[in-house]
Amino acid sequence: MNILVCVKRVPATGGKIVLTADAQDIDTRFLGFTISPHEECGVEEAVRIVEAHTGSSTVLTLGPEVASEQLRDAMAIGIDNAVLLQTDGADWDAYATAGAIADAIRELEAQAGAFDLILFGNEAADTGDFQVGIRVATALGRPVVSGVKGIAAADGRVEARREAAGGGWEVFDLAMPAVLGVKEGLNLPRYPSVPGRLRARKKEIRTITPARRSGGPTKERLRLPEGTESQVEVIGQGAAAAPAVVELFRKLGVLGR
Amino acid sequence: MTVLVLVEHAENRPDRLSLEALSVAASLGEPGEALVIGRWSTELAGGLAGRGIGAVHVVDDPRLAEFAPVAWAASLAQLAAERSAAIVIAAGSDRGNEVMAHIGARLDLPMAANVTEILGGEPLRLVRQRWAGSLLEESTLDAPTKLLTIAPHAVAVPEAAAGAAPAVAMFAPQLSDADLAVAVARRLEPDLSGVSLADARVVVGGGRGVGSPEGFADLEELAGLLGAAVGVSRVVTSQGWRPHTMQIGQTGMRIAPDLYIACGISGAIQHIVGARAAKRILAINTDPEAPIMAVADYAVIGDLHQVVPAISAEVRRVTGR
Repeated sequence: MNILVCVKRVPATGGKIVLTADAQDIDTRFLGFTISPHEECGVEEAVRIVEAHTGSSTVLTLGPEVASEQLRDAMAIGIDNAVLLQTDGADWDAYATAGAIADAIRELEAQAGAFDLILFGNEAADTGDFQVGIRVATALGRPVVSGVKGIAAADGRVEARREAAGGGWEVFDLAMPAVLGVKEGLNLPRYPSVPGRLRARKKEIRTITPARRSGGPTKERLRLPEGTESQVEVIGQGAAAAPAVVELFRKLGVLGR
Repeated sequence: MTVLVLVEHAENRPDRLSLEALSVAASLGEPGEALVIGRWSTELAGGLAGRGIGAVHVVDDPRLAEFAPVAWAASLAQLAAERSAAIVIAAGSDRGNEVMAHIGARLDLPMAANVTEILGGEPLRLVRQRWAGSLLEESTLDAPTKLLTIAPHAVAVPEAAAGAAPAVAMFAPQLSDADLAVAVARRLEPDLSGVSLADARVVVGGGRGVGSPEGFADLEELAGLLGAAVGVSRVVTSQGWRPHTMQIGQTGMRIAPDLYIACGISGAIQHIVGARAAKRILAINTDPEAPIMAVADYAVIGDLHQVVPAISAEVRRVTGR
């Protein structure tokens, strides 16, 4: 089975977001970067499916040259091939991103055959657009389901399940080739091994220069929400704080029964 | 200008997130229109009274008894075209975001997810969330039909105003087999055990500071005494100490307890967005400068493995449990 997983490079923001002076971006000078969480599970799933069924796995991202770090992270846990749709680092909205990815998939598939499954994260951690996978699937004329937390693929079909609003699971049965938007919890991603990292460092990354379609929405500026910080009251130190904590429980009415 | 809102419902009541979407639509100042897919009832009509809706369109089609994202999108897009809707809004639910993305893809229109405010103008000025609400984006949307979803739990839902239930009209969309190709094929029942994180009045949360899978025994003991649920931060699930179903945060569960007791949790923004709806937060942490302190109401500075057992012992002493 041939699997493509699309990932996004996002900053590891930690405890506080700091904006650049022009309010156009997060100040990332002191931050590391990572693959957006849902997509880490997509990468792991692609590796597992190929381990179980043979075939090959490919990771793709749209981003600046340094986004090759995230492609190598994916190859370090077992992804076979990598494709970078290289930009100058400016924000691409979901509309433009989806158009470029659909173009790239058509080009890759014309050369090496169709991907049986294409995995996207359900939404990116940073922009949270909820739409890139659905746009790509529609452009390619393939069935798509979002919010997926369980995948079983065999014999040309894929069963995808996701949490139902009222509890339990909704199960979808799709003919492949198909597209899935996956969520964290799908699996527990492995950590890369040292040999895996060394192998990934030597692998080739195919670079494509994407064409940008304007779509929107158009970002004007970013700002931090107001009034989210509270004044913390330190009610004690160490085990000696226990009586004060239980008094607090009583005051809040959570001591129960 | 017609504003059309997709209203999701369960057990004859509009969903909370759909009421939030109606609340944003009402802020535009003109009576809106709603689309309801599924069985219509007078009770559901009553639930939509006083919500700024002038007319409700109902698609009651047995082929849509189970969720089918493309068919729902086709229904909403056809109604939007018939009503010449300038703005189409859905809730920021899994289904709302999915259906609206399908419309955007089918009609080749942009879509803005997680909107918190519609400021007006042409192109339409909006505020939307990034990082699940830790950051806001001011943006503009330039399209003949504006497609929006509303960020969950970011908008107040006022009491319904006095007024009659809106007028109801049945709507029959043209659906092809292709529109119906992706649909829920079957359902699996939930497995119900213990106190549900989503509904718990008290949640005891553990993070990196818990140190090991065995370290959760202290938290579980306190949770048992308080009738609380136990939740965890992302580092705990990525270490494999506890399953992802217990994760609180941007990519896990959103909780809204009366009290959240955050033990050994530093407070990354992705965790905080999942706990922000807690009425009170008590942080137990060795580091008085940890980011969790910026959102906590109360704090105990110390090692959770000393503090939490002492609290449990004190609860036992006071309550005789």
